[in-house]
Amino acid sequence: MSDVGSSHSIKQESKPKAQPGTPVMEKQSRGLFDRDILRQAAIDAVKKFDPRMQIKNPVMFVVLIGTVITLLESAANPSVFSWSVTVWLALTVLFANFAEAVAEGRGKAQADALRRMRSDTEARRLLPDGTEQKVAAAELAKGDLVICEAGDIIPSDGEITEGIASVDESAITGESAPVIRESGGDRSAVTGGTKVLSDRIVVRITSERGHTFLDRMINLVEGAQRQKTPNEIALTILLAALTIIFLPVVVVLKPFAHFAGADVSVVVQIALLVCLIPTTIGALLSAIGIAGMDRLVQRNVLAMSGRAVEAAGDVQTLLLDKTGTITLGNRMASAFLPVDGHSEEELAGVAQLASLADETPEGRSIVVLAKERFDIRERKLGAEHVFVPFSAQTRMSGINLDGREIRKGATEAIKHWVALQGGDPSVDLDHLAEQVAMSGATPLAVADGPQLLGIIELKDVVKQGIRERFAQMRTLGIRTVMITGDNPLTAAAIAQEAGVDDYLAEATPEAKMALIKAEQEGGKLVAMTGDGTNDAPALAQADVGVAMNSGTTAAKEAGNMVDLDSNPTKLIEVVEIGKQLLITRGALTTFSIANDVAKYFAIIPALFVATYPQLKALNIMRLHSPQTAILSAVIFNALIIVALIPLALRGVRFRPSGASAILRRNLLIYGVGGILAPFLFIKIIDLVITALHAY
Amino acid sequence: MSFAWTLTALVIVLAIIWRFLGKYMASVYEGRVRWASFIERPLYRLLGVDPESEQSWQRYATALVVFSGIAILFTYLMLRLQGYLPFNPQHLPGVTPALAWNTAVSFVTNTNWQSYSGETTMSYLSQMGVLAVQNFVSASVGIAVAVALIRGFSRKGSRTIGNFWVDLVRGILYILLPVSFLAAIVFMAQGALQTLAGPAHIHDVLNGVSQTIPRGPVASQEVIKQFGTNGGGFFNANGADPFENPTGLTNFLSIVLILSIPVALTYTFGKMVGSIRQGVAILTAMTIIFGCWLAIGAIAEHQANPAVTAAGLTHQTSGNMVGKEVRFGDTSSVLYNIASTQTSTGSVNSANDSYNPMGGFATMTGMMLGEVSPGGVGSGLYTILLFAIIAVFIGGLMVGRTPEYLGKKIQASEVKLATLGALVMPITVLILTAVAVSLHSGQVGPLNKGPHGFSEILYTFTSVTNNNGSAFAGINSNTAFYNILESVGFILGRFAIIIPTLALAGTLGAKNVVPASLGTFRTDKPIFVGLLIGVILIVGALTFFPAVSLGPIVEQLTTKKFF
Amino acid sequence: MLLHVRRSLIITVIFFASLGLMYPLTETAIGQAFFNHQSNGSLTQFGSILVGQKWAGPKWFQGRPDPYNPMSTGGSNLGPRSQALVNDVAKQIKILKNEGIAPTSGLVTTSGSGIDPDISPAAAYAQVDAVAKARGLPVAKVRQLVTNHISGAQFGFLGSPYVNVLLLNEGLSTLK
Repeated sequence: MSDVGSSHSIKQESKPKAQPGTPVMEKQSRGLFDRDILRQAAIDAVKKFDPRMQIKNPVMFVVLIGTVITLLESAANPSVFSWSVTVWLALTVLFANFAEAVAEGRGKAQADALRRMRSDTEARRLLPDGTEQKVAAAELAKGDLVICEAGDIIPSDGEITEGIASVDESAITGESAPVIRESGGDRSAVTGGTKVLSDRIVVRITSERGHTFLDRMINLVEGAQRQKTPNEIALTILLAALTIIFLPVVVVLKPFAHFAGADVSVVVQIALLVCLIPTTIGALLSAIGIAGMDRLVQRNVLAMSGRAVEAAGDVQTLLLDKTGTITLGNRMASAFLPVDGHSEEELAGVAQLASLADETPEGRSIVVLAKERFDIRERKLGAEHVFVPFSAQTRMSGINLDGREIRKGATEAIKHWVALQGGDPSVDLDHLAEQVAMSGATPLAVADGPQLLGIIELKDVVKQGIRERFAQMRTLGIRTVMITGDNPLTAAAIAQEAGVDDYLAEATPEAKMALIKAEQEGGKLVAMTGDGTNDAPALAQADVGVAMNSGTTAAKEAGNMVDLDSNPTKLIEVVEIGKQLLITRGALTTFSIANDVAKYFAIIPALFVATYPQLKALNIMRLHSPQTAILSAVIFNALIIVALIPLALRGVRFRPSGASAILRRNLLIYGVGGILAPFLFIKIIDLVITALHAY
Repeated sequence: MSFAWTLTALVIVLAIIWRFLGKYMASVYEGRVRWASFIERPLYRLLGVDPESEQSWQRYATALVVFSGIAILFTYLMLRLQGYLPFNPQHLPGVTPALAWNTAVSFVTNTNWQSYSGETTMSYLSQMGVLAVQNFVSASVGIAVAVALIRGFSRKGSRTIGNFWVDLVRGILYILLPVSFLAAIVFMAQGALQTLAGPAHIHDVLNGVSQTIPRGPVASQEVIKQFGTNGGGFFNANGADPFENPTGLTNFLSIVLILSIPVALTYTFGKMVGSIRQGVAILTAMTIIFGCWLAIGAIAEHQANPAVTAAGLTHQTSGNMVGKEVRFGDTSSVLYNIASTQTSTGSVNSANDSYNPMGGFATMTGMMLGEVSPGGVGSGLYTILLFAIIAVFIGGLMVGRTPEYLGKKIQASEVKLATLGALVMPITVLILTAVAVSLHSGQVGPLNKGPHGFSEILYTFTSVTNNNGSAFAGINSNTAFYNILESVGFILGRFAIIIPTLALAGTLGAKNVVPASLGTFRTDKPIFVGLLIGVILIVGALTFFPAVSLGPIVEQLTTKKFF
Repeated sequence: MLLHVRRSLIITVIFFASLGLMYPLTETAIGQAFFNHQSNGSLTQFGSILVGQKWAGPKWFQGRPDPYNPMSTGGSNLGPRSQALVNDVAKQIKILKNEGIAPTSGLVTTSGSGIDPDISPAAAYAQVDAVAKARGLPVAKVRQLVTNHISGAQFGFLGSPYVNVLLLNEGLSTLK
């Protein structure tokens, strides 16, 4: 890949990765039921009675209309029963509103935290004549140039046009280690709200006010731009159909009963209707969607649309970059390759010295290898040594010790250094470095003053547990393809070791693009990660394109998700969240429909037992009276919404396994359970009502 | 014991038919059967149809609807004008307008609901030349729609779903006509009538009884009425009449003919979508439902009739014989009527109306499930596929993927069309029944009092909307009110399902195919079969439970009272 | 649209001619040629063996209490909880008992066709004593007649065993 051999990239890769799931804003992370959120949600739930909001949800809109009718009916012919039904129908609507409000509230809380971050910074605008002008960040327009120096907050999203700097992006990513941003190349994007730690950069603003990354994030977590996803639309149609079918079912009861010489009151008809239409899933549907997005945000992934999250669940091919995803970004020293007649041991000794103060995993691995191979012990350093840290400018690190100046770093940088020291950089280093690179490893040159000693070979190490992850993906029916710039031999070796299904070696952006298109033509959905500008077309083409936050603006705009942690492994979690979202919807739909069976057994005998006493045989729950039976069903129907809010927000448990196993499990719990559970709970509610002597 | 043998024989015979007729039908509709091309080619030339060119779903549907409209018009006119036409030895007058309309729509929609007695209403020309022709045609139309839907599943990126005219002709020429031709000969040999002579007048000197015995070209019509799951009898008694169904063998053959095409189409489906297992899954679901309903019906009818017991006959060796023929016995009668009501046939060899409560429950609710087990010719398959789409949608969500069936993603438009197609029937049945029980013209229809009277009305609209045609026949439905109201059921039950189905064929055919993986919800496994049955039963139960509880269920739970 | 109409009209005429005339007329020709007896109504000297007749008991074996009007076939359509059905059956039980016949379910209930030509063997045997007595014939001989007239289920399992009442009474009329 493009960064192989540049010490800049070494620094990049050696930066400690945030663990998956590290929350964006540690301080704002909340449990499922934060008290503030609940209080606000209770208020919002009442506000949501507004019919203009209710009409968006056909199922609950029917309940609302039913409530109004029973209210009028109760007012006209008051009875304890009809008032009880009315109250519980109103509560049904309220609970549904509450579920949505809680889900939204959690998003809002996060949005507020983000808003606080969008402090009104002052920006230093660079005018065409070279002078500076202090303006409020809010006044910046797209295309403006601003200067940021150490300690400044970058006022808005932009591209660095000049300079290099280390930037603290913890506000966005939650990760404390600073990252390098420099003009040109793939790491030139900066995000508004982040802080420059060192050096000076000139940034060209790329976002209009209100459309910055931070703004988009706020909108997303708040659900302001939430549109229904394709599956949600399809499900809404099914639920609407199930609502429509029950209208005639309930309406015709009246003429049917008349024909049999009985009567059915409007209140009872509405009670039955509300019990039969899929209120449970209807009430929780939007909460499930909001909570799904929320779960992604918790894992520091921003999805630009719900559609992308759903597509993630459908992905059949995952394109994974080798470096950082399959292998540890930090490569491990695997061999010492001397040049110019230096011995291996000599090289190892010098390399060890150069790495003694290098705390990066790569540095540590060099020390370890030297000890393993030649039993070179860690030496205590005297007071006279000076450690030379890595810098983005020099692209090398080392140690000054007893007058020796030992350096290790990218081949080009070391050659440059040797030349400066008066040494001869023209030795056959390039050839060796190329060989090492060809084998998929990274060459790191070592020099002692003007003397070139050789190359340390840094090899990729496959991440622990990644094999198992891929095996899980396989049971989910997902094919993993490793993308690498390595030659086919190395790629094959690593692919074999990591257990991916396939690999694309010597990958060029064009080859990657061709692979995506081929998969898509075969009907498969493809997910990939990327960060570079040259990844942008492929990110746009992929059904799920996760851009790394560390990547370029072009990449971030092309993808439909951004991973704030820039952790490519997270693609796997994104897929799981997508699946969990769909499963939760499916499970609660099944549960909702299955519930109807028990409700029928409660209500039907109650309806007609006066005319046909023999129908009491259908009252298998032995409910106390027709009125308690109907009321119990209505109360169950309302309470089950509240009871399932945690499940809707958390999502049903998802364990990667084959489709049949998942389905069997969910059918058992939500289908069979959905048929049986209400029998028990309606009976209990009936006992309670009866005990209260309300009837 | 003999019933067990009958069932065994039925399973074996149907298994063979499933395999061979199923494969043959796939070849027919894929244009690989050509033995009658000498008839086909000139026919297409006459019609101006290029058999190689196909139609979009819109054109296919338009052709189907226009053709059916013309068929209704033609049938109506022929019935009205019957008095002026030949083959009318009884000199029967033209059929009255409301009845002619009802009958025309009924036969064109494959319902064959009969508000008339054939023996005293229809001339031989009306029977063989008008009504029996629709038995062929409406059956072929039904199969064509099912095949169009299968094509939707089996193709990708296709803008067309077949050619209606070609499918219509091939179904008749290669499938319906040859089998009917042979089966009619067996029926004649067994005693079914086949003559153009008028009624025979006989006088029995032994007991002094004089009888007028009706006759006609019965056998040729009888076989296609079963094979095309039409069900309209030549005589009022339908399959109970000894001239239509003279022996145990013809009774068995009738059942085989009724079930052949609906069962075999599952093989055709599997064959055309490239996986016989998919067809087996559908067939398994059909078979399980059929078996359960047969069990309910057979057990019920094997019991004594409560009215007979109440009249004083406490010891009864055979089951409920009210409305049943001795030569068939109780269980074979049930088998016939269950086969007839679980398909869209509606022919009967015993009176549903006189079945025990749970027997009547079985025939009535068999239709309420949408007639999918195995359902009418073509209509059974396409209706169960609508349910399969709903089942796949719910099941697919539960495995965490955008649901797909046979590689086709089930999205908003598919869910919309499938639910539309699946819900038209229950909504229509409930509303039409409500209208009938609310108005005086409807209330006077039933013969029986009490809940059974309600059952008669409910059964009527269940039957007409499902294009079944069987009846709780005590109801007097030959009134303008019922004739017109029923025709609403015929039309909605037929075309309001066919049009969404063809639209579905169109959208599915245009889609790309998602390759199956381990993450795909497998639709050829027992769990899918279970889910499909669950969806069919739950949709049926949830929509009809209140209505049925006021009819057969309350009758069953009643112990002492008679109405 | 007009094209569809034109095609519909042409094909409707073709179907009428081929399926509505050629097919049934060909079958009729086959029936008349090869199954002349059956396709014309299975007629005997006394009636059709497929159409039941009213036989007054106990001099004749009687069939089911059907109306036996072949020009208006069909069952009673009385439901299982019909008081009218209870009354009809009770009346028939009384008639049979007066004739000295033990009622069977077939003999007290009407059929589906209303012209059921058959009774069960049990129903025939139930009438043996009364018929023998009314005609002054030996019981054993009458019983043997019934036994000879039992048609088993076809192939041993299709349908139920039955006795054709017309053929049985034809036999009875020649019995001495």
